Amino acid sequence: MDNDRIDQIIDKHQGEASSLIQVLLEIQTENHWLPKEALERVGEKLQVPLTRIQHIATFYKAFSLVPKGRHEVHICVGTACHVRGATRILDTVEEATGIKPGETDLDLKFSLETVNCLGCCALGPVVEVDGKVHGKMSPVKTAEVLKIYE
Amino acid sequence: MARLNSPEEVENFRQEILSKRDPNMPCISVCVGAGCIASGADEVIEAFKAQIEKEGLSAKVDTKGTGCPGFCERGPVVVIYPEEICYLQVVVEDVPEIVSQTIKENKVVERLLFVDPVTGEKAIHESDISFYKNQERNVLCNNIKIDSKSIDDYLAIGGYSALTKALSQMTDVEVLEEVKKSNLRGRGGAGFPAGRKWEGSRNAPEPIKYVLVNADEGDPGAFMDRALLEGNPHSILEGLILGGYAIGSHEGYFYVRQEYPLAVENINLAIKQAEEYGLLGENILGSGFDFKVFVHQGAGAFVCGESTALMTSLEGRAGEPRPKYIRSNIKGLWNKPTVLNNVETWANVPLIINKGADWFTQIGTESSKGTKIFSLVGKITNTGLVEVPMGMTLKDIIYKIGGGIPNGKKFKAVQTGGPSGGCIPEELLDLEVGFDELTKAGSMMGSGGMIVLDEDTCMVDVARYFINFLTDESCGKCVPCREGLRQMHRILTNITEGKGKEGDIELLEELAETAVEASLCALGKSAPNPFLSTLRYFRDEYEAHIKEKRCPALSCKELISFYIDPAKCKACGICFKKCPAEAIDGGKKKIHIIDQEKCTKCGTCFEVCPSKFGAVTKISGEPVPPPVPEEERMITKKSKEK
Amino acid sequence: MSEIQLEIDGKEVKATEGMTVLEAAQSAGIFIPTLCHHEKLEPFGGCRVCIVEVEVNGWTKLVVSCVYPVEENIIVRTRSEKVDRIRKTIIELLMAHAPDSPKLQDLAQEYGADKDRFEKDASFCIHCGLCVRYCTEVAKKNAIGFVGRGINKEISFIPEIAAKECDDCKECFPLCPTSYLQAAFVLTKALFSPPPSSEPASEE
Repeated sequence: MDNDRIDQIIDKHQGEASSLIQVLLEIQTENHWLPKEALERVGEKLQVPLTRIQHIATFYKAFSLVPKGRHEVHICVGTACHVRGATRILDTVEEATGIKPGETDLDLKFSLETVNCLGCCALGPVVEVDGKVHGKMSPVKTAEVLKIYE
Repeated sequence: MARLNSPEEVENFRQEILSKRDPNMPCISVCVGAGCIASGADEVIEAFKAQIEKEGLSAKVDTKGTGCPGFCERGPVVVIYPEEICYLQVVVEDVPEIVSQTIKENKVVERLLFVDPVTGEKAIHESDISFYKNQERNVLCNNIKIDSKSIDDYLAIGGYSALTKALSQMTDVEVLEEVKKSNLRGRGGAGFPAGRKWEGSRNAPEPIKYVLVNADEGDPGAFMDRALLEGNPHSILEGLILGGYAIGSHEGYFYVRQEYPLAVENINLAIKQAEEYGLLGENILGSGFDFKVFVHQGAGAFVCGESTALMTSLEGRAGEPRPKYIRSNIKGLWNKPTVLNNVETWANVPLIINKGADWFTQIGTESSKGTKIFSLVGKITNTGLVEVPMGMTLKDIIYKIGGGIPNGKKFKAVQTGGPSGGCIPEELLDLEVGFDELTKAGSMMGSGGMIVLDEDTCMVDVARYFINFLTDESCGKCVPCREGLRQMHRILTNITEGKGKEGDIELLEELAETAVEASLCALGKSAPNPFLSTLRYFRDEYEAHIKEKRCPALSCKELISFYIDPAKCKACGICFKKCPAEAIDGGKKKIHIIDQEKCTKCGTCFEVCPSKFGAVTKISGEPVPPPVPEEERMITKKSKEK
Repeated sequence: MSEIQLEIDGKEVKATEGMTVLEAAQSAGIFIPTLCHHEKLEPFGGCRVCIVEVEVNGWTKLVVSCVYPVEENIIVRTRSEKVDRIRKTIIELLMAHAPDSPKLQDLAQEYGADKDRFEKDASFCIHCGLCVRYCTEVAKKNAIGFVGRGINKEISFIPEIAAKECDDCKECFPLCPTSYLQAAFVLTKALFSPPPSSEPASEE
């Protein structure tokens, strides 16, 4: 991500240090991860030490300091989904993709994360791929959904 | 759209909107909340629009995407007005039939109606559905009636009338007094009296004050705030403006969980619309009151639902809570007086101002007034959002509204209050819901999550699950929470894996005491609750795991074995084909045997064995019987007596 | 600033408004153990070792004395059965990380703590935060910070800044109760030092 785009995002938030998290969220959404150079640029422009940015980037689950795959797979492991068998869905996804939560596969196709509640609790177990929510999943349905993605 | 400059102009504009609308005109309302969208609602609404246009009915029939009415499991939900005919689980293929039968010929499409799980009766109208009948949907009722993206729809149902009333007929002190009189208690978890919190901020000498909406909704299993924010954002905004007016704050923030992108979108739109109409900004409706609102997103941290951590996060830092020795309504955001309330609390404010505190106090119990929205999920037939008056019993909620436990299973416990709460067992089902009642039983109201558990749920695993959740979500600053939960998780995991030992329960209790007494914030202080409440009511399960290496619910993988009962096996071969570990040995008419060494305990054989045979069983706490000798494995038909 | 009277361990103590109970105790020569406290740094409230009993209007509660503000007429008890029990558990939890820390061993002796009570952990950082806070508030170099949260929280040097600043400073080193800081610094240096030059040294 080039510095001009980062500067644009920072200016949109009036260059305020309190908007640090909002700025990083925008960079994360556009770029799918936070490269070190982006963090340094943000620190420079907002006059914030890199230690604080690093703490924030590792404290909040929305941020990733490593590149993500083309498709982000989120498995909800909230209580309602857990009680309805989310663990088995996670097992299925781990087997189908070959990766564990927090990892990205070598082809940079899938990134896998567990999420602690998407708010679709009545439809548990729930899987979200690239922001699209799939409810009432079973191990078989999950495997089928994953096959759609290139 | 010209700015509205006085309360009278708002009322005139409202009449103008209503005069242009025909209440008898058919309207197809399709819920487009996140739950129904996940079930395909956006395709359904597009199909309706296309079909209506195709039939040349666009001028006579309205199609609207609405807010979430909370019956997500049966979505996509479609309600046809004015008759209020309610169709469930509507798919694109149903659209032509609904248009031709219901819209054109006023006939009901029976197969799409709700069927009562107990009586088998079909319910035509939304109000007949047993799920809805026993609810009192004061706060949620409007979701299905409005397009969440339309401020005119909100005005049409009476929206912003509380604001015009307050600005034209009440002083700021009177608004505060009304909220105090109503005894409204916070709906986010702690249940602190809102009016008292507001008063503390109002009286603080500092001129700059803030009002915040806690829309982080971190409790897994809870989605009440999602439905309100997505479905009726203006109702919360109106409450917030009233709150700002009451305490003398001119700046408000919504802190919305980033996992709710639709809610973020809708609230941003609502703010923009309110600004355009002059309901936000400077000199609102000529009252001299200035108020502006901003939206901040969360970034995936449960602890940021804690009020001081939320404020720290708003300040652009890692969400570490602060000690509450100096209350945040005196020194909060940027060390200024700050009123933070939950989404549902704010949504109740316009109702209280419009209908009065006396109306509000007539609902509920002595100590818990008004209604509460619960998210009834888990092992329950009717899953969704339930709004009931405080004082309704858990039994009524679970059985009358929830329809009981599906698949013929037995109720075991209901978990309330999220990771800070506890489990209520069957013997306490007559408990009347309220803040103090639930706390006395060892749980708490929390934000309203109500997760029903059945006989297949292991209560030790429930405790382990919540502690595991909190080890990751804890901010990590203080020792009793960070280190205490670390060790509690280790011990509980060992217990579920058959490695528990004598003294584990006492050690867990000691760690629980340390966390409760010495943690920095409410996350740490309430973290041991799921453990303490499951120990209180299900101690026998803990002891079985530790002493007998047995899981009574037959759930903990390390403590169960799968076994095919040779008396019941009919060698149908299904489990043999489906076993992913190829651990089953069998053949035609040969009793199948599971190789315990190869078995991965995935449970597939248990699920696929036809119920008429029921040959696959789970064993725990005792050795697996030795395999049937080879000679006895052939299944022969019994000879018929001649 | 008005004067506030309170009682600590039976002794009448005069304090000024805005002081913490810990400061008031220290000014009166009354000892309260601490781990994460340092007079040059803002109070942290992380270790909870300085926890004390405070009686206000007949109600007794446990508070963390390094952040609790003094109030008129409160009765403070720096030792009690409950206080001692909680301090003991906290020390045992920390010794699962750093059983050899001299400071923790002293406290363990006083409170009868068993260093082997809990399963040991690989990391011997006890998260007192002294290093991070010193570097931010006093040295103002921001060379070291926290990363992560919950049980995965750690301290981490920023290699480029550490390479430039730390060798000439190291003021935080004596503050670390467990020597984890020094170990982390050595590791950071080893991982992030420039590789040895591949060109032969020039002939003079």
